[in-house]
Amino acid sequence: MLQFLLRRALLAVLVCLTVLVVSFVLTRLSGDLAISIAGPNATAEDIATIRQNYGLDRPLVVQFLDWAAHAARGDLGSSYLYHAPVAGLIADRLPITLTLGLSGLAIALLVAIPLGILSAMHEGTVIDRGIGLVALIGQAMPSFWLGLVLIIVVGLKLQWLPISGVDTWEGYIMPAIVLAFSAIPALMRLTRAGMIDALASDYIRTARAKGLRTARIVLKHALRNAAMPVVSVAAVQLGFMLGGSIVIEAVFALHGVGYLAWESISKNDFPVVQAVVLFLAIVYIGLTLAADMMNAVLDPRLRSA
Amino acid sequence: MSLRHIAFGLGVLIVGVVLVAGVLAPYIAPHDPFAQDLMQRMIPPEWMDGGSALHPFGTDQLGRDYLSRLLYGARISLLIGTLAVVTSGLIGITLGILGGYFGGRVDDVVMFAITCRLSIPLILVALTVVAFVGSSLTVVVLTLGLLLWDRFAVVARTTTMQVRTLDYIAAAQAAGASRLHILSREVLPNILSHLVVVATLEMALAILLEAALSFLGLGVPPPLPSWGLMIAEGKDYMFFSPWVIMIPGIALFVLVLGINLLGDGLRDMLGAGRRP
Amino acid sequence: MNAVLEVANLRVAFANGTQAVRGVSLKVERGETHCLVGESGCGKSVSSLAVMNLLARGATRSADVLRFHDTDLMKLSERHMAALRGDKLAMIFQEPMTSLNPAYTIGSQMAEALTRHRRVSRAKALDRAAELLGRVGITAPGMRLAQYPHQLSGGLRQRVMIAMALMCDPELLIADEPTTALDVTVQAQILRLLQSLQRELGLALLLITHDLGIVARMAQRVSVMYAGEVVESASAEALFAQPTHPYTRGLLACIPIPGASRRDEPLGSIPGVVPRIGPDFQGCGFRDRCAHAAPICAQVAPLQHAAPGHDYLCRLPPDWSAAEAA
Repeated sequence: MLQFLLRRALLAVLVCLTVLVVSFVLTRLSGDLAISIAGPNATAEDIATIRQNYGLDRPLVVQFLDWAAHAARGDLGSSYLYHAPVAGLIADRLPITLTLGLSGLAIALLVAIPLGILSAMHEGTVIDRGIGLVALIGQAMPSFWLGLVLIIVVGLKLQWLPISGVDTWEGYIMPAIVLAFSAIPALMRLTRAGMIDALASDYIRTARAKGLRTARIVLKHALRNAAMPVVSVAAVQLGFMLGGSIVIEAVFALHGVGYLAWESISKNDFPVVQAVVLFLAIVYIGLTLAADMMNAVLDPRLRSA
Repeated sequence: MSLRHIAFGLGVLIVGVVLVAGVLAPYIAPHDPFAQDLMQRMIPPEWMDGGSALHPFGTDQLGRDYLSRLLYGARISLLIGTLAVVTSGLIGITLGILGGYFGGRVDDVVMFAITCRLSIPLILVALTVVAFVGSSLTVVVLTLGLLLWDRFAVVARTTTMQVRTLDYIAAAQAAGASRLHILSREVLPNILSHLVVVATLEMALAILLEAALSFLGLGVPPPLPSWGLMIAEGKDYMFFSPWVIMIPGIALFVLVLGINLLGDGLRDMLGAGRRP
Repeated sequence: MNAVLEVANLRVAFANGTQAVRGVSLKVERGETHCLVGESGCGKSVSSLAVMNLLARGATRSADVLRFHDTDLMKLSERHMAALRGDKLAMIFQEPMTSLNPAYTIGSQMAEALTRHRRVSRAKALDRAAELLGRVGITAPGMRLAQYPHQLSGGLRQRVMIAMALMCDPELLIADEPTTALDVTVQAQILRLLQSLQRELGLALLLITHDLGIVARMAQRVSVMYAGEVVESASAEALFAQPTHPYTRGLLACIPIPGASRRDEPLGSIPGVVPRIGPDFQGCGFRDRCAHAAPICAQVAPLQHAAPGHDYLCRLPPDWSAAEAA
């Protein structure tokens, strides 16, 4: 178990490094940062000064190593735009994105798991097909468009919820629903498949032979065994949601990490972009690791292996 | 005829109609999609008050004919979807088959690449690249193609592993066939049905992502009539004229739904297992 | 006094039209072991699942009589049937490796069998579980309760299944091939255990098996099943002394008897396989494999008496084998 964890941790570090190198190279090779930073009216002299001030005249490898060395010590550099430490900028905006991501995941699970269970219990019937259709529709819905439609209908016409911003908790409802929408189909299909397998298993027959009630059989005996793949995918989906919240935050004008990233990309604020990429990659890797540990808790066979 | 067949038929119909609309756009579009007419701005669709038969779907904020833009937009969605799938398919299938067939170190490297790819925040990196390189159709296609290969790789890898142990592969090996021959002539055709299903999923995803990128202003550049861009441009007017975002949004939704229905139907027919 | 379990004309059909059980009748008395014997696929397990109302979705059952003591099981709602299952009526299965839930401890799974039916605390239920584990011959029961199924061998798991079935002191235990998946030595232990438990507790035991050795050892009464029908039913002694149905005789011929079987004689086996019985099937299900088949076998076979309490389902007269030998 310990060896397994060490291996995983080593792999995680390697993945992080690779993601960083790739994104660093991708963005740096794409154009001359100094020109972008200086803006359209800058003289050649301005650009040269900027290049020197930001250290952009050094070889790419040196720039990267310098950045990585600082990042390893927790120093993610300063924003060109805000002239403030990047770490602080991210930390300020993190609560919004995290709230959004977690509530989105919660909604997704609350919808997807019951639907998946229902679908599995009525496999092949009209109910099953109907739920499958809902999943297909959810999958085809462009999330930013769904957001706009909700803003028009729920925010403007019905006036039930605020249109943008998160001054009150109600502001999170629509964005969280939209974010959840994209994760529901995958989670639902997975719950359904797992439950179909579990419900057909011998231990469910044993549970029925004991005379247990249907609710207990489904929720205790079957769901527990169907939950493992769902946990893995839920973790991955949360990672995708945090990354995908950039679109939702733009639609609902929420000033979270995604919005910061969007802004930084549009304004060539390279250190911020690089830091957010690193941050999201670490979060993603951490989440998959956490999912593995959750599964070890759920499945006693993994624990003793 | 079962529900399943109806769903598949609907998928074929939708994709077929959009395809025809896109291909024939120059011939069936009533107007030039780029022609601005500031005297004819924000005319609502024909069926609404103030609409005119001249512009069946109305006009946008620059007075461009919405139906014509929608028809040309179909080309962009389909073009980007197809090219991105071809690019990502080439990368993903190659990696997946190599990993699945050779196993061992090669497979370790492939798995590592897949993990890395999944750890890269998709939209963020796509946006960054487009922002720094400059937005154009080619850049969007290449960016999406370089980022969406993970599912191809995963499916190609697992199916290749299953196929590898089968008798005819062993027979080909025993007959002294070259590795390239075995991989391209024996392995690939046998995993193709699974990959076709992945291709439909990825195409739907690529079309949605293009729309999202264009919506954020970092996809295909204006004045190209991308559906995502049309939604972005209509956003400022949506409170008074909701149809400016409804029309391209519904088009996008229907096309993606059609592709997904098509993929589901293909999966059932080809017996390509459960949806990943 | 009524039999513990009485079944008459039990039928089960699957959604695809297969007639899995076609008119099974049997009685199990208190303290009696009744063996249901036959090849795999002949409807033994399906019959027992039908009694318990545990059939898979899509299967439908009907019966003239399906009675547990005085309770008509056909008329019970699933809710009331569930209340009976695991309480007065218990069942153990063929697959000890997969019949326990991998996610929960032995103790948790055993305790819930009792807390479902009795108003007892979990602690009391665990005490009872430990006591029963000891009774089925498991050492250190306290430790076992905290273990998970994957930490136990197949033989131990089957003992756990048996102990779990006994949690509520059932009156009828249905055991579906309880030893088939186990090693021969473990098989013997489990059978001895069932025997002694039955003696101590006065259980009625419906034992399903394809192994005539087990029948010889355990049964007081035997029902031989073939293609969804009970083709012969007799006391164990009568059945082995005077097997009458050609299928029973075929089955018995498959067992080598020390001394009686000649060394160069091939081991007996019945040629052919159990047929799939569709909705339109008529006549004797065994006729395609029977050496004594005649055109009349395409009609429904008559139920005949070889002796009091010894019935069989065949056109042949009771003394046909003696006549043939003569």
